[in-house]
Amino acid sequence: MNKRYLLSLIAVIVLFLISYLGVEAVPGSKWLFGIVIPYAALIVFVAGFIRRLLTWSRSAVPFAIPTTGGQQKTLSWIKPNAIDNPSSKGAVFVRMLLEIVTFRSLFRNSRMKLREGKISYQLEIFLWVGALAFHYAFFTVLFRHLRFFTDPIPLPVRLVEDLDSFFRMEILQDFIQIGVPGVYLSGLVLLAAVTYLFLRRIFIRNVNYISLASDYFPLFLIFGIAFTGIMMRYVLKIDVTAAKQLAMGLVTFRPNIPQNVSSIFFVHLFFVSILLAYFPFSKLMHLGGIFFSPTRNMRADTRAVRHVNPWNYPVKVHTYEEYEDDFRDKMIEAGLPVDKMPEPQEAAAEEEEEPAAPPQEPPADAADAAAEPEEKE
Amino acid sequence: MKKSKGVIIGIIIFLAVVTFPFLYNRGKAAPVPELVLTETAKAAQQCVRSKDYMQREHMKILDLWRHTVVRSGERVYVNPQGKEFNMSLSNTCLDCHSNKAEFCDRCHDYASVRPYCWDCHIDNPKESK
Repeated sequence: MNKRYLLSLIAVIVLFLISYLGVEAVPGSKWLFGIVIPYAALIVFVAGFIRRLLTWSRSAVPFAIPTTGGQQKTLSWIKPNAIDNPSSKGAVFVRMLLEIVTFRSLFRNSRMKLREGKISYQLEIFLWVGALAFHYAFFTVLFRHLRFFTDPIPLPVRLVEDLDSFFRMEILQDFIQIGVPGVYLSGLVLLAAVTYLFLRRIFIRNVNYISLASDYFPLFLIFGIAFTGIMMRYVLKIDVTAAKQLAMGLVTFRPNIPQNVSSIFFVHLFFVSILLAYFPFSKLMHLGGIFFSPTRNMRADTRAVRHVNPWNYPVKVHTYEEYEDDFRDKMIEAGLPVDKMPEPQEAAAEEEEEPAAPPQEPPADAADAAAEPEEKE
Repeated sequence: MKKSKGVIIGIIIFLAVVTFPFLYNRGKAAPVPELVLTETAKAAQQCVRSKDYMQREHMKILDLWRHTVVRSGERVYVNPQGKEFNMSLSNTCLDCHSNKAEFCDRCHDYASVRPYCWDCHIDNPKESK
């Protein structure tokens, strides 16, 4: 038993009870759960998402830190690894695209083990498979849901629906009857993947150790969303026409609550609203964050191009030449070697002006340097 | 800064994706499908089960009927009120609801449901469009 996942589980159960009992017991609360909360959640999602992107775009990248996995572009007869060590914008784009659609860096995940006293590294592929299944299933489910938000329904949405339900399975028993309407594979894959990602955090000890409540909460929430969705479609059966009527009301700004929408639908909608509102403040922001990862989005051309730290303000420097100019006579007096020997007449002339100037300068420099960054802003 | 152009493009793409349903419908409320009952259906008053049940679970009944007829050879369905029906899509359901385009298709099109009933039953001689 672990406090961190118990806390998240309880949070999701409480959310379920709030929405279910709210809709069942409080008359008129359907407006709250069906219209007010979804709109509010969407606003929080969009505003929070953009705010987060702007914050990230303002943060400085002091060093060129692309992580690489191959030969950097160098002499003409050495073959560079263009994608894993991208030296041009196009190569960065390709690398980024592959990272986003195939999770290449996750694929390279390996686990160190001691085997007969020797260290060995093994390919650890299950997280990659689970993550890939999860993300693609989630995307498909999300895309499919456009059928509730558009009229007429765009052709790609219908094609994805048909593809998703191509595998016809029907269970017809006295106690359970599943199969009509057609079973969507994506829903089942999503539920299975989210379960795997959860069990992984429970049973792998070192992953369990680093898992926080904020890791478990989205998993439980998404599990809840997928589960209520599957229940609505195959088991409890809701009036789909009414559900679409409500959804269309939301996206055409003519909100209405049709008569026969089941409570389970409001639970589903409430879970989705919570997920949307929670999104910009959670780890789920990796949706936007992947584009701001300096280890991925920078060119690995550190030997060809100097990366200038944007924090660098123009620093006032006092070079050795200037230092020598200031103290040349004293240096010569003390017998120290100087780069530039003064011509006899000049030295005599300068001697009268010198003494006042030098002591003032160093403190003035330091003050300038400290004050300048704020002035720049 | 140099990067800000990319960020602005990214934000525009994000907004376009998120608001797609709003933009696609352009505020037009899609008409809620209205079902037309034939004279026979009106005269019968009550379907095999209650209207609410039929709205939500008619597909389960059809599936059950097909299974019972094909696997067990039984053709009589007794509803909770004790009334008996012939388990047949063509002869019972489509007898009353002979107007597929104004009855079945309205909701199915609205919710993007494409049942395979019509793979076989579409050429039913009893159907009138």
